[in-house]
Amino acid sequence: MEAIVCVKRVPSTTTRVQVGADGRSLDPSGVEYVLNPYDEFAVEEALRQRDAAGGGRVTAISFGDEAAQKELRTVLAMGADAALLLANSEAPNADGATTARILAEAIRGRSFDLLLFGKQAVDRDQHGVGPAVATLLGVPCVSEVVAIEVGDGKVVCQREVEGGRETVEAPLPCAITCQKGLNEPRYASLKGIMAAKKKPLEVQPVADFTPAVQVLEMTLPPPRPAGRILGEGPDAVPALIEALKNEAKVL
Amino acid sequence: MKITPELDFYDLDGLLEEDERMVRDQVRSWVEDRLLPVVPRHWEEGTFPSDLIPEMGELGLFGPTVAEEYGGAGMNSVVYGLICQELERCDSGVRSFVSVQGSLVMYPIEAYGSEAQKREWLPKLARGEAIGCFGLTEPDFGSNPGGMLTRCRRDGDDWILDGRKMWITNGTVADVSVVWAKNEEGEVLGFLVEKDRPGFSAPEQKHKWSLRCSVTSELVLDEVRVPEANRLPGARGLRAPLSCLTQARYGIAWGAVGAMQACFQEALRYTSERMIFDRPLSSFQLTQDKLAEIGTEITKAQLLVWRLGRLKDAGVMRPEQVSMAKRNNVVQALQAARLCRALLGANGITLEYHSGRHACNLETVLTYEGTHEVHSLILGRAFTGQNAFA
Ligand SMILES: Cc1cc2nc3c(=O)[nH]c(=O)nc-3n(C[C@H](O)[C@H](O)[C@H](O)COP(=O)(O)OP(=O)(O)OC[C@H]3O[C@@H](n4cnc5c(N)ncnc54)[C@H](O)[C@@H]3O)c2cc1C
Repeated sequence: MEAIVCVKRVPSTTTRVQVGADGRSLDPSGVEYVLNPYDEFAVEEALRQRDAAGGGRVTAISFGDEAAQKELRTVLAMGADAALLLANSEAPNADGATTARILAEAIRGRSFDLLLFGKQAVDRDQHGVGPAVATLLGVPCVSEVVAIEVGDGKVVCQREVEGGRETVEAPLPCAITCQKGLNEPRYASLKGIMAAKKKPLEVQPVADFTPAVQVLEMTLPPPRPAGRILGEGPDAVPALIEALKNEAKVL
Repeated sequence: MKITPELDFYDLDGLLEEDERMVRDQVRSWVEDRLLPVVPRHWEEGTFPSDLIPEMGELGLFGPTVAEEYGGAGMNSVVYGLICQELERCDSGVRSFVSVQGSLVMYPIEAYGSEAQKREWLPKLARGEAIGCFGLTEPDFGSNPGGMLTRCRRDGDDWILDGRKMWITNGTVADVSVVWAKNEEGEVLGFLVEKDRPGFSAPEQKHKWSLRCSVTSELVLDEVRVPEANRLPGARGLRAPLSCLTQARYGIAWGAVGAMQACFQEALRYTSERMIFDRPLSSFQLTQDKLAEIGTEITKAQLLVWRLGRLKDAGVMRPEQVSMAKRNNVVQALQAARLCRALLGANGITLEYHSGRHACNLETVLTYEGTHEVHSLILGRAFTGQNAFA
């Protein structure tokens, strides 16, 4: 079982982010970066499929800045065999199409059975990179998958669709984007962290690029207005209904 | 609970190696996801979250510095300290479990045990498949363990152990107890006592209002027979158990940082949201003075243990340096927890918030592993050359 997992370094969702001085990127100071949570499902699945198959190789690839070595090292500590960083300091500002092109160039020529992604990166929330890489490589893609069963030359996946589940089959090699519920990602153990030090993490510089989509501006949501107390007990109900109807317009 | 500037005011993260940070972050996530949600209930019920022991073993939290060939990860002491810090961010009782298993059971077996003892016990203890305890304190001998009454006497190829130990963490749940006893010449020897030895029992000490997530027990040794193979061959004299305490105290000094950080973070959030006289509680000078004090003490405590860890890994750490860190960090953590508890007002006395539980727990931490006063005496002796113990 040969699996390639594409992973991204993203700001932790619990970080209070600030817009940087240029007005169109995040101020990285004080921001904690983590492995994209959906990519954790992809990594976990790759490791399980490799182990279930009784062998093979899991390679993690990231398009990121130099600091993304930390996230790749974490993936190695979880149990992946090798990692490749496609490095460019502007990578965090790249759009999905550009990212997909750079990832596809690095993956083309490598053999794999499964090409796994998180269903979305929690920083840009575009859901696009997995399907775009699959398209560029000419392999089928199943997205937002919650169960995977690999058979002889094929894979059967379950997807969550509105109000139910859909079961689909695709030939290998196949690209899959992973949804919460697929598995319970492991924590890297101390032994895994020690082992990761000896595993290969290759850093390949990526030539400067012009993003297909440019971020013009980032703004924080306006601060929430203070709440208002309309009264106490049952006496306040008419005023509350009035406000919900005519001010908030939710009734 | 993510790393925020308030919790790392001096960017000490930059003094840690990549693998040290990775361990810290992984343990922190595990604690937040798995441990923190269940600990207040266990504390209330007076039980240890035993169902999480296999996960703790899998992560490598037991004896992280033990050599790989005996089931450890062979990592450094800073990593061990960071594990203690992250666990005690959640609860001192859970950190105590790890301190006992690693520093007070695996350490003496690795340092003083025979090859057979190491092969038999260390891998099981590392995986959490066996639990250990450390019996030194007795009903009448705490700060002066040299006065212990528990005796061992030779009988052919065996030893007979007789006496009572008190306040022993994990005693009731332990598969193996490290028991310290005096021989007929008055020399302290160490023994591994399996739980099913006739004459051995370990009733639990109940009704504690501190360290409620941790099992505390009496060890009763009524003419317990163990073979010579169960004696720790390298341990002779009180120095052996004291060297174990040095290991555990080192981890406790780190743990106190975690407890302080948890209380500080809770108080920062609470006081910024709690409106009093139409202003956030955090906007008053009296509150800010307390927060300034706690934030400073956290930073000082972090610096102490970081340096201590580097000295330990370089092999030059002295026990009195550990005393300084344990003494300072624990009393500061206790004071911080009490202050934070008070800042939370009535909410501070509930188990929905953490500072009150930390304050209760830290009363134990102040007492065990050398009381605050005992560490004053150790430091006093180190500075003056005069022994004020007795
Ligand atoms: C929850 C819990 C878990 C524990 N777990 C373990 C364990 O796993 N294994 C183990 O062996 N022990 C354990 N202990 C015991 C602990 O180490 C002892 O309680 C501690 O050493 C203090 O001993 P003591 O309680 O007898 O107090 P004492 O020694 O009687 O001290 C009473 C007071 O006198 C002070 N004092 C003592 N000597 C002097 C002096 N020379 N000058 C001035 N003041 C002095 C002390 O500081 C203290 O304030 C545990 C205790 C608790 C509470």
